[in-house]
Amino acid sequence: MGQYTASELWSITAMQSFAGFSLFSVLLLMALGLAIIFGQMGVVNLAHGEFMALGAYTVYLCSQLAHTYAPALVPIYFLVAIVAAFLASALAGLFVEWSLIRFLYKRPLDTLLATWGLSLIMQQLFRTIFGAREVTPTLPDWLMGSFKPSESIDIPINGVFVMALTLALTGGVWLFMYRSRLGLRMRATVQNRSMSGAVGINTRWVDRMTFSLGCGIAGVAGAAFTTIGSTGPDSGSRYIVDTFLVVVFGGTASLAGTIASAFGIAQAQSIFEFFLEGTMGKVAVLLTIVIILMIRPKGLFANKVRS
Amino acid sequence: MLAASLSLQAADYPTSKVNTTGLAVTDTTVTVGQLHSATGTMAISETGSIQAEQLAIDQINAMGGILGRQIKVIPEDGASDWPTFAEKAKKLLVNDKVATVFGCWTSASRKAVLPVFEKENGLLYYPTFYEGLEQSKNVIYTGQEATQQILAGLDWIAKEKGAKTFYLIGSDYIWPRTSAKIARKHIENVLGGKVVGEEFYALGHTQFGSLINKIKLKKPDVIYAIIVGGSNVSFYKQLKAAGITGENTTLITISVTEDEALGIGGENLVGFYSAMKYFQSLDNANNAAFVKAFKAKYGDKSVIGDVTQAGYLGPWLYKAAVEKAGSFDVDKVVAASPELELTTAPEGYVKLHPNHHLWSKLRIGQWKMDGQVKVLYESGLIEPNPFPKGYQ
Repeated sequence: MGQYTASELWSITAMQSFAGFSLFSVLLLMALGLAIIFGQMGVVNLAHGEFMALGAYTVYLCSQLAHTYAPALVPIYFLVAIVAAFLASALAGLFVEWSLIRFLYKRPLDTLLATWGLSLIMQQLFRTIFGAREVTPTLPDWLMGSFKPSESIDIPINGVFVMALTLALTGGVWLFMYRSRLGLRMRATVQNRSMSGAVGINTRWVDRMTFSLGCGIAGVAGAAFTTIGSTGPDSGSRYIVDTFLVVVFGGTASLAGTIASAFGIAQAQSIFEFFLEGTMGKVAVLLTIVIILMIRPKGLFANKVRS
Repeated sequence: MLAASLSLQAADYPTSKVNTTGLAVTDTTVTVGQLHSATGTMAISETGSIQAEQLAIDQINAMGGILGRQIKVIPEDGASDWPTFAEKAKKLLVNDKVATVFGCWTSASRKAVLPVFEKENGLLYYPTFYEGLEQSKNVIYTGQEATQQILAGLDWIAKEKGAKTFYLIGSDYIWPRTSAKIARKHIENVLGGKVVGEEFYALGHTQFGSLINKIKLKKPDVIYAIIVGGSNVSFYKQLKAAGITGENTTLITISVTEDEALGIGGENLVGFYSAMKYFQSLDNANNAAFVKAFKAKYGDKSVIGDVTQAGYLGPWLYKAAVEKAGSFDVDKVVAASPELELTTAPEGYVKLHPNHHLWSKLRIGQWKMDGQVKVLYESGLIEPNPFPKGYQ
């Protein structure tokens, strides 16, 4: 690193850590919903990416509505749009659970096929409704700029916004899982389904809520991504691989595992990307993950469910 | 619209004379194929080509067709899937006996159909700018090959900006990689400049934080961008958020047309440059008529990018070749094609080279807020050279 001055090195460190944290929050947002559904219910939801896209399209719709009917609301519509994205995806999740998933419990391979089919149907729906072109909502101005703490450092505000959103959502999920009645029932159902049923927990209903919540979180993730990139009918299939990577690497049932995994992958990727070329950085990350998974086949945090 | 405005009557060209190879040509119609992705990931890009080809065909039909025959189109959907492209190509050529095909967009789809066209002796009009390194008797390339698009653009930016150091960024597949290779050779061997960074990211990549940090450290005179598709939106949004804008940085791209600009948003592109042979805002009478007709057919909000215009040229070049040959037979049409001139193209005068590519100009456009460009520079006619010596 001899070619850089001390102040440049300081800027690199600052901006690279920011890039790493920004990627971390993106990965965590993507994986959170999937981890809940897979970890709590054993359902491999290959349509998770499409629920993200649904959230993103909801934001796009809100943006169109705001611009057409209420230009005065443009600066604040985005906050409402995030809630709308959550509701849209959660409701879609509710419907999917009722119409498809509930017939497939305890058959993980079948859920895999069914949700893959679902993802294709949803992609085609997006294409029919929104067209094949990618769309991007017009963002309020306050989201677009950057902080400039020193001459050579720029911290993008949309990155900070995604981080804050991730923090709030993760906190919310944690509170919900570990401090609420429904969360308690969810965890009980996972640990011992028949015992939970015996003590009066409606496990059917818990499953439905879990699935719906996971999908809603995916919707929020999609909403957050619209500040970073564009959304197309097949955006979902681009997200899904990274998302599964995080969940599998973290160990499937653990919130802490998901966080640790997203953090590890993000930091590794941003470091590798800086010192290697783009694609090679990604290859290096994947190789590292493969090696670690060979040593710890169940992921960073193994699932301690009684069988 | 074409110079050959004298009305050619079918009666003067009996079918038995103009079609000796059993093509789907009757006394009143000629059947052609249109093979693009109407679905799948490439539909985003190929929709423009489909529309432009259809517009040209409608216009040709309205003025009496080709040799007095109305053009009938059989549309086929390659569905962004290369084996499907090959299968549909075969169907069009063998079952439907189409006289020619307008189609393909990605190099992958073209490479998939190429053996079929060569074996069945079909004729394909291919509209996309691409990496070159190809020339087939059975293909007419109406977009630019790599040297036409890259060399003149680099020359301009090096001269105009006194640029010495370049950072090359692309998506990770054959077209950006080959283009970057040609750009690097030109920068190092001809311009005496230096490539200070060269990186490729997977298609659909959305996180450019590390890349942007590297750019900031290396401070290149020029960022040369060959990122395609949706990644562009993330890339330009993040550049802007990181304070890299048209005001303080020179960025030139060969992969952003008006179509992409629609998604990226003019505010994220302002001041950056694109090197293309065609821009919607070109100021000439041909183009004014083309843009007007396109918008009348596809709506006021539609935009026209480089490849869309190149798609529009296909049917016109085909008409010119058939009328020159006085026949629909593929061999005769191909033989009549070299040196064909088109004075009515929206991009201006073009001429078909014996190597099946067009002589065309290169333009530099600077992006404006509204997602259109201001054309700053126009080269002379550039000879197509799909196998450039010293650049491979």
